[in-house]
Amino acid sequence: MKILVCITHVPDTTSRIAFTEDDTQFDKTGVQFIIGPYDDYALARAVELKEQLGGTITALNVGEAETEPTIRKALAIGADDAIRVNAIPTDSFFVANEIATIAKEGQYDLILMGRESIDFNSGVVHSMVGEILGIPSISPVMTLDIEDATAKMTREIEGGKESIQAELPLVLGCQEPIAEWKIPNMRGIMTARTKPLEVKEPSANTTKTEFKNYELPPEKGAVKMIDADNVSELVDLLKNEAKVI
Amino acid sequence: MSILVFIEITEGTIKKSSLEAISYGAQLGDVTAIAFGEISVEELAKAGLSGASKVLHVSDEKYHLGNVQAYSSAISEAMESIGADTLVLSKSSLGDPISARVAIKQGASLASNVIELPDTSDGFTVKTSIYTGKAFAITKLTEDKKVISIKKNAIGIKEDGNAATVESFTPSSTDTDFKAKITSQNKTTGEILLPEADLVVSGGRGLKGPENWGMIEELATTLGAATGCSKPVSDMDWRPHHEHVGQTGIKVAPSLYIAVGISGAIQHLAGVNSSKYIVVVNKDPEAPFFKAADYGIVGDAFEVIPKLTEAIKAIS
Repeated sequence: MKILVCITHVPDTTSRIAFTEDDTQFDKTGVQFIIGPYDDYALARAVELKEQLGGTITALNVGEAETEPTIRKALAIGADDAIRVNAIPTDSFFVANEIATIAKEGQYDLILMGRESIDFNSGVVHSMVGEILGIPSISPVMTLDIEDATAKMTREIEGGKESIQAELPLVLGCQEPIAEWKIPNMRGIMTARTKPLEVKEPSANTTKTEFKNYELPPEKGAVKMIDADNVSELVDLLKNEAKVI
Repeated sequence: MSILVFIEITEGTIKKSSLEAISYGAQLGDVTAIAFGEISVEELAKAGLSGASKVLHVSDEKYHLGNVQAYSSAISEAMESIGADTLVLSKSSLGDPISARVAIKQGASLASNVIELPDTSDGFTVKTSIYTGKAFAITKLTEDKKVISIKKNAIGIKEDGNAATVESFTPSSTDTDFKAKITSQNKTTGEILLPEADLVVSGGRGLKGPENWGMIEELATTLGAATGCSKPVSDMDWRPHHEHVGQTGIKVAPSLYIAVGISGAIQHLAGVNSSKYIVVVNKDPEAPFFKAADYGIVGDAFEVIPKLTEAIKAIS
């Protein structure tokens, strides 16, 4: 089985979010970049499926050279090789188009990624890829099992979940508890250095949006503390000050 | 603009978040809504109160469960048939994949997590919530066709319109649309859906075990709130995953979020930072959640929560 795992290179979830250049650039000062947490689940499940069924895992990232340490981490966790499409991931359509191009060339059985990136949170790239390729896309996937060429999945829906069955090839957006995150071991880290990482130029230059600038939300005011023996004061504040109950 | 709004149905009624999408669309142009599944004509006509002039209803049984590809094809076909240039929907586990597929089918610009009406002074510019609520992006949609996926609880619901006319709509489906088969669905019924709840009561590890959730549920019932939990609680199976609020769980945006026995790790805060008001009850005065709260009580949840429930009952 050939698995393509698409990873994002995103600020660690504890990062302070700030902007520079008149709020047009993300401020990378002191920020640690990681594999997107949802993508990390996708990668972990891919490694388990490979152990179970055999095959290969290719990690894919659309990004500039700065993302290579993140891609190497995916190789350390268990991807066999990697592709970097050398471009700034400008919008969802641009990224989906590049992923679809790579997917067509490589004839993958399974294209996995996170349910959404934790920077732009759109949660649409997997389904765009599915539509471009004319195959089903399912997200957010909580469990995934493969038997012959059939995938059985659980998808989270509002207030519950559903079971879905589909033939490969498929594009899936993953989330917990599909697998436990894997921490690369020393052998993985050593072999990752020499695993192939191919750099490709983007196949097209198509975007459908034009980014203008970032904004930050207003600062939160100070917390008002209420005595534990006086909960009626809280009720009064919620009713008459916040007007939410 | 001619606008199609995809509306979701829950237990025979239109979801609140879909009324938000209709209200949003009605402020941009003429709105036709499209709905799938089991719902009465009377209920569908209520889409008119929020501004839809017409509702297309796909009642064919094979569309009942929410098949993404089939819905996307039908929606794209409906856009062609009414000449709509824009699709508006509420961001959800169904809205996300549909917005993506329809955007590709229509060659449209897509904006996801939109939180306010567009600025049309120079083209069509939208504000979206990014970095899990920690920032916003201002983005221009450059195509004539657009797909706008709005964040829940960000847009007020209009209720001053007239009943909409309801027409049945039969999409020309293909086998490809049904390649992914939904074999079963398991949904809680009669509960307020967490992602669109206006009030949320959440519990954390401080509650010590799943057997202690009774008081959380009672407070939630008293308020008419949905219940949520922190990641460790769902990881330990004290509560189902669809109640997990946080960075890798559900992102909520209620008017009021009450956090009980949750310390407030940054990953949890990422799921709640769009709440208008946050109340934190924790016995540890150093819990980081207090810094993100509007109101705080340092105290034992087992004493504070029953008292709070009684105090709310007393005023309602």
